[in-house]
Amino acid sequence: MSENLLEVKNLKINFKTYAGIVQAVRGVNFEVKQGETLCIVGESGSGKSVTSNALMKLIPQPPGIYEEGQILFDGRDLVPMTEKEMTKIRGNEIAMIFQDPMTALNPTMRIGKQIMEVILKHNKNVSKADAKKRAIELIDQVGIPFPEQRFKQYPHEFSGGMRQRIVIAIALAAEPKLLIADEPTTALDVTIQAQIIELMKEIQRTSNTAIIFITHDLGVVANIADRVAVMYAGQIVEYGTANEIFYNPKHPYTWGLLGSMPDLDNDADQLLRTIPGSPPDLIHPPKGDAFAARNEYAMQIDYEQDPPMFEVSATHFAKTWLLHPDAPNVPVPEAVRKRIEGYIQKNKEAGIDLGKVGE
Amino acid sequence: MTQSNENLPKISKDKFTIVGGKHDKTDQLAEKSVSFWKEVRLRFMHNKLAIVGFFILIIVALMAIFVPWLSPYSYREQLGVYNAPPSAAHWFGTDDLGRDIFVRVWFGARISLFIGLSAAVIDLIIGVAWGSIAGLAGGRVDDIMMRIADVLTAVPYLLVVIILLVVLQPGLLPMIIALSITGWVNMARIVRGEVLSIKSREYVLAARTLGANTTHIIMKHLVPNALGAILVTMTLTIPSAIFTESFLSYLGLGVPQPMASWGTMASDGNNALDTAPWRLIFPAILISVTIFAFNAVGDGLRDALDPKLRK
Amino acid sequence: MAEKILEVKNLKQHFGSIKAVDGISFDVYEGETLGLVGESGCGKSTTGRSIIRLYDITDGEITFQGKNIHGKKSKKELKQFNKEMQMIFQDPYASLNPRMTAGEIIAEGFDIHGMYKNKKERKEKIGTLLESVGLNREHANRYAHEFSGGQRQRIGIARALSLDPSFIIADEPISALDVSIQAQVVNLLRQLQKERGLTYLFIAHDLSMVKYISDRIAVMRRGKIVELGTAEDIYNYPVHPYTKSLLSAIPLPDPISEATRTRIPYEHEEVGDDAKSHEVFPGHFVFGTDAQVKEWYTH
Repeated sequence: MSENLLEVKNLKINFKTYAGIVQAVRGVNFEVKQGETLCIVGESGSGKSVTSNALMKLIPQPPGIYEEGQILFDGRDLVPMTEKEMTKIRGNEIAMIFQDPMTALNPTMRIGKQIMEVILKHNKNVSKADAKKRAIELIDQVGIPFPEQRFKQYPHEFSGGMRQRIVIAIALAAEPKLLIADEPTTALDVTIQAQIIELMKEIQRTSNTAIIFITHDLGVVANIADRVAVMYAGQIVEYGTANEIFYNPKHPYTWGLLGSMPDLDNDADQLLRTIPGSPPDLIHPPKGDAFAARNEYAMQIDYEQDPPMFEVSATHFAKTWLLHPDAPNVPVPEAVRKRIEGYIQKNKEAGIDLGKVGE
Repeated sequence: MTQSNENLPKISKDKFTIVGGKHDKTDQLAEKSVSFWKEVRLRFMHNKLAIVGFFILIIVALMAIFVPWLSPYSYREQLGVYNAPPSAAHWFGTDDLGRDIFVRVWFGARISLFIGLSAAVIDLIIGVAWGSIAGLAGGRVDDIMMRIADVLTAVPYLLVVIILLVVLQPGLLPMIIALSITGWVNMARIVRGEVLSIKSREYVLAARTLGANTTHIIMKHLVPNALGAILVTMTLTIPSAIFTESFLSYLGLGVPQPMASWGTMASDGNNALDTAPWRLIFPAILISVTIFAFNAVGDGLRDALDPKLRK
Repeated sequence: MAEKILEVKNLKQHFGSIKAVDGISFDVYEGETLGLVGESGCGKSTTGRSIIRLYDITDGEITFQGKNIHGKKSKKELKQFNKEMQMIFQDPYASLNPRMTAGEIIAEGFDIHGMYKNKKERKEKIGTLLESVGLNREHANRYAHEFSGGQRQRIGIARALSLDPSFIIADEPISALDVSIQAQVVNLLRQLQKERGLTYLFIAHDLSMVKYISDRIAVMRRGKIVELGTAEDIYNYPVHPYTKSLLSAIPLPDPISEATRTRIPYEHEEVGDDAKSHEVFPGHFVFGTDAQVKEWYTH
């Protein structure tokens, strides 16, 4: 198994507001290996974007507070680093892509120049001519036609999808080891989204960059993830490989997320499965399991004690008391089970056997 | 990852009975209902500078009301002690005609604040009407109205004011007219911008699909939502009017003697800077402090109304 | 088949040189949900807003309950129209006036139309509406910002229901909501449809949710409806290459098939003036030239 590129240990991030202290991230642990894609999936307020911004030390302080924890990148802890040290890492070793490409582009500068700037900053020994050549290569690599002409254009001359490609080209210009993408396709149309995801997968194949991909869309996760972290109320509630999360989900929240997506194949007469209620207030997080109140399988213990991460397999963990040996056996809800079985069946017909997963 | 299945804490088995969710509780709202304006007030109170400004303004206003009223001297009374330095009898000293500066400064506060407030109120009336009509009507009407406003701002402001004051003779009313003649344009622009942005919001569209007429949309949606911006603009108009008044007084275009405004007092005091510096210092301090206080309150109000702006 | 409640004929909506909607025709039948899908800028929202008279149309004819709805109208006719047709908006944050309480927002419609006798009746109506969308009647005095996104969208739905309409245009009502909340709102819309016999025009860019909620689907692209048919037909037997491309782009929560699935890119083919709507199958329309449609259909 390859070395961990990034290791996040017990990360806690708070925000001071007038109403009180918001515990946005409440003890998050995960790691990312060289060349793999970790998807952090969650709804708004789950802490997924705060987590990704925290990795880049982009949390404004105040009101943000790094309460506890370590962010070990290549063995160095980023949390105590100064702003000056971080600027060397940002854009060089870790690059970030945001939802709105315009926030990352300078509207008054030709896109070619913006890419060249990063190349020159990253590598002092590169000549201007070489940097230009490399920039044009990058524009070509992210799938923009006529790169030489496009090199001279300004951001406003591109469509939303093309702009996001340029942002990706800029992010790649410094050959980062880790690329953090915070909902990069959420603002895009579905056909463009599909193209951008293809592009990111392609990049990973060719450059072996590790990717952290933040999204709320489980379909996108299934498409791109090697591993998945499901976040709820500032904590990771389930963590595993993509196949484990989608074919053998263990946490009731993951069941809820999977069940609330409409299934294109299934009968439309049934109502969608929903997760009742609303997420908890993170100024006063509830006692015990934060998901308990919305969980139809909640047990007495859920209201009293926060569950630990139970091990399902060597790579699969879930934070629910349902996995305790004394807990009653709760099967996956029928609607979700049917759908998973449908997928497994379809894959079998296509000649892919999932083996043990999904039982 | 952290937890393995061994070494689990001991938990009694009966805790593992399914009791189900309590999701109704998650849909409860916070205990107290906070209206928009209450939240604005809370945010404003957290801004120390704005609170200091606010209290300075209250003090200045109270002094302006009560000092000339309760003081043993009047603002025009000549006491026979000329250019006396500050003392127990005359806290801020006296001027070259033997008038008590402490009383005059607070009497001047009345005049200066009156000029500032009147200018702001006139700006408010003309500016809000002009801006909201332009914004609501849109198209040609908007174009014509805003071009007229542009022309007014294009003419050198000071020139207009000086000509006006020379023609009308210096006095309180001409001063206010002079200050308002172009002052409202700024307010009109801001109101128009607000109206343009609010009228395309979805809640206004929703009101239209419900059958709301223009009056309903103005009263229920435009006014309450533009009020913040109007208030801030108004708070920031007052200090600029006070400042302009002082400046015009310096040029000899201020309110006539024996009336006093901060501007005329500072202007007079300037001539006696070597012999009786208190005559300049006290009105000058009050001008600066008051303008600072208004600006602090205005900025605080703006931040409180739109906390996102501060980021 | 049910009665036609809405007929749109050759609707055009041009803003200057931009042809946002460029000659579309479709019908909506009573009690059904017609899904209108397309990517950003295709003209789907403009279509909705033109139908509800937020825009004056450039050309065409819209007939609602047998009456042409554009052109000169008396106040009484307009009020009647407002009562019959309502809209749910996309952004649960921008669609509620931040200075009003939930009760004031919901009551806006019947305040305008004077539909209650006294304060008590007004309060009762607000409470009933709040409960019908799954909110607590005690929350009438709370301001919009105190609610979560999903709760706010419920308030928007209650406002649309306040005049007891028969036809509701839902303009991307769930695209700004979280996945788990989307399902709650969609279920609510379906339940209300059943209880009140509502007809929906459901505008969205998310084909999977549209497929789920709609009886029929119209696919829009660049101001034209390129394909229209039953939800099953559009999903199982798409004809227009753009529809095929859209369907292939929907990501599914199935990692293994996603790894092998191929996206169908859409290469825009210019269509001349001879392009028109072809009924390739009863009730299934495809827009293109004769030759194009023939090629797509046999393909």
